[in-house]
Amino acid sequence: MSEPAVVVGPERARPDDPAPPARAPRGRRVPLVSRLRRDWQMLAMVAPGFLVLLIFSYLPIAGNVIAFQDYNPYLGDNPWAAFTHSNWIGFGQFQLLFDDPAFWDAFRNTLAITAFQLVFFFPLPILLAVMLHNLLSSRLRGLVQTVVYLPHFFSWVLVVSFFVAMLGGAGLLAQTMREAGMQPWNVMTNPDTFIVLVTAEAVWKDVGWGTIVFLAALSTIDQNLYEAAAADGAGRWRRLWHITLPGLRPVVVLLLILRLGDALSVGFEQFLLQRDAVGRQAAEVLDTFVYHFSIATGNYGYGAAAGLFKAVVGLVLILAANRVAHLLGERGIYSKS
Amino acid sequence: MTVTIRRPPGARARRPAWEEPPTPLGQGVKAVLLTLLVLGVLFPLWVVLVTSLSSRQTIADAGGLVVVPKGIDTSAYQTILAGGAVTRALWISTLVTVCGTAIALTVTVLAAYGLSRPGSLGHRWLLAYFLVPFLVYPPLVPRYLVVTGLGLKDTIWALVLPPAISVFNLVVVRGFFQGIPQELLDSARIDGASDFRTLARIVLPLSRAVIAVVGLFYAVSYWNVWFDALLFMDRNDMYPIQRVLQSYLLAGQAPHTAGGTTGVSMPPTEAVKMAVVVLTVAPIVAVYPFVQRHFIKGVLIGAVKG
Repeated sequence: MSEPAVVVGPERARPDDPAPPARAPRGRRVPLVSRLRRDWQMLAMVAPGFLVLLIFSYLPIAGNVIAFQDYNPYLGDNPWAAFTHSNWIGFGQFQLLFDDPAFWDAFRNTLAITAFQLVFFFPLPILLAVMLHNLLSSRLRGLVQTVVYLPHFFSWVLVVSFFVAMLGGAGLLAQTMREAGMQPWNVMTNPDTFIVLVTAEAVWKDVGWGTIVFLAALSTIDQNLYEAAAADGAGRWRRLWHITLPGLRPVVVLLLILRLGDALSVGFEQFLLQRDAVGRQAAEVLDTFVYHFSIATGNYGYGAAAGLFKAVVGLVLILAANRVAHLLGERGIYSKS
Repeated sequence: MTVTIRRPPGARARRPAWEEPPTPLGQGVKAVLLTLLVLGVLFPLWVVLVTSLSSRQTIADAGGLVVVPKGIDTSAYQTILAGGAVTRALWISTLVTVCGTAIALTVTVLAAYGLSRPGSLGHRWLLAYFLVPFLVYPPLVPRYLVVTGLGLKDTIWALVLPPAISVFNLVVVRGFFQGIPQELLDSARIDGASDFRTLARIVLPLSRAVIAVVGLFYAVSYWNVWFDALLFMDRNDMYPIQRVLQSYLLAGQAPHTAGGTTGVSMPPTEAVKMAVVVLTVAPIVAVYPFVQRHFIKGVLIGAVKG
C-alpha cells in the first residue's frame, strides 16, 4: 500500500543498531547468483511469514478497492467471481457514507471516547508507574505488578463478563443495593454513562500493563540528578516535576503519537459486545459501524468504504502526529535518516 | 537499553540518605491506593470463583453472587464438563490454541531469523514488507471476503492462519536474535553449519526466554479469539470458548446470539455461568506466573525496536 521508503525500519530509526557483520565482500559488487547461493536459506525461512502476510494482510489491503464497487456477493459462486462481476461505481459509496447520519454519529462517538480516554485513562499508567517506582520494597512492587498485569491477558468477553457480574442488572452491586432497599443502578445498559463504563473497563484491563514502558523509562533516569536536586533543596514534588516528568517525556510523546494515530480506533470487541445493550446512539463507533453496515447486512462495498476512510484518516493522523513530534524536537516513531 | 525493574540485591529497601523520611499521610494514601488496586483485580475473580463452587441453595440465599463461601459444590462443573456446548468449545479452543501457537511460533521464529542479518539478499525490502502491516491493518470487509473465498469458513484454519504472524512478536524475536553475539554465529558458519542448523543448534537454545514470552502472547491471543469466530464460524458446534461464554453471560448484551446458540434449553444457572467464566480464565491464570518474569524484557525489546 505505501512505499517502503515511508516505512519504519529499526535500521533507520536506530543508528546504533549492531553493525552489519564484518564478513567482507558484501553489498552491491557481489553478483546476484552468489548472493542467492549464500542467502537462499534466509529467504526460505522468511517465505512462510511472507505468504501469511501476503494472503491475510496485503490481499485484504488491496481488496479495499471494493469500496469503489457496487460489490454484490450473489454475482458469483465465490468472492473472487463476485468481485470480477461487480460494477465499478467510483466514489458512490463514499457519497452515501458522508450523507449517512449514522456514520457521523459513529464518528462523533469515536472521537468523544478517544478524547475522554486521553484525559481519564492516558495519565493513569504514568501515575501508577511513578508510585510503583517509588516503592522501596521490591517484593511488594513485584506482587502489585503481577496482579495488575494479569487482566491485560483477559479477552474482552471476559472483561465485560466480569463487569456484568459486578455491576450489571443481576450483578453484585445491584444485589447489594436491593438488599439495602435502594433502587439499583444498572450501569451496563445506561447510554448516558457508557463513556465512563468503557473507560473503566479499559482501565481495569490495561492500566497495569501500561506502566511497563514508563517503569523502564523511570529506571533510566540518572539517580544523581535526584540527589543533586535534593541537595539544592528541592522537595519531593519539585523533584517529580523537574526530574521525573521530563525524564518520561520522550516515552509520553511517543505513546501520545501512537494514540493519536489510532484516534479512530477505540477497541472494537469491547464496543461490539456492548453495543446492543446500550444502544447504537451511544455505543456505535467507527469499527462497529463498519461491521454492522457491511457484514451483518451484506452491504460489503459500503462497509469497505467506511473502513477505507478510517484507515486513510488514521494514516494521515499518525504521520501528522509524528511530524509534530519532530517539530517539538522529539524522536517520534521513526526519524528521517 | 538495559532495564532494571528490580534494584540489585543488597541495595534493596534502603532509602537514600538525601531523601526526606516518608510522611504518614503519604504512606497511608499509597497503601490505600495499592490495596484498592490489587483488590479491584482480585475481588471479581474471587466472587466468580466462589459463586461457581456454591450450591443452588447458597446462591439463592445470597440473592445471586456469593462473596463468602459456604461449602464446596462442584455440580456446576460436572454439568458443563459432561459433554455439550461448553465441553466441545473447550476442546475447540484447546485445538486452536495448540495448533495456532505451534504454527505461529514456527513462522515467527523462522521469519525473525531470516530477517536478522542486515546485508542478506533483499533484507531492506523484506523488512519493509514485514513492517508495513504494523501501520496498516487488514481491513475488515476484504479480510472477511478473503478468508471466506479461501473456503476456510467453519474450519479451525479460519482462526489459526490469519493471525499466524504478528509483526509485534516478530520484532521482539528479531531484536533478541540480533543481540546474540555475532562471533557465535560466525564460528558455526566456519564449522560449516547451514543457516537452518545454526538456528536450531545455536540460536534457539539461547532464546528460550523470548520464545516462552512470545509463545504466551500467541497462546493467549488464540485462546481469546472471539470476533473471528463471530465472523467465520456459522456452525455453533465450531464455537470456541469465548463465543460460548458470550452466549452464556452476555446474551441479550451482545449481537447475534438469538436462536439458541448455546444448545441448552434451560437458561444456565448462576453457578454454571460463573463456572464457564472460571474455565475461560483458568488456563491464562495457570500459565501466567511461569512466563511473567520474562515478559517485561520481551515487551521492552518490542517497544524500543518497534
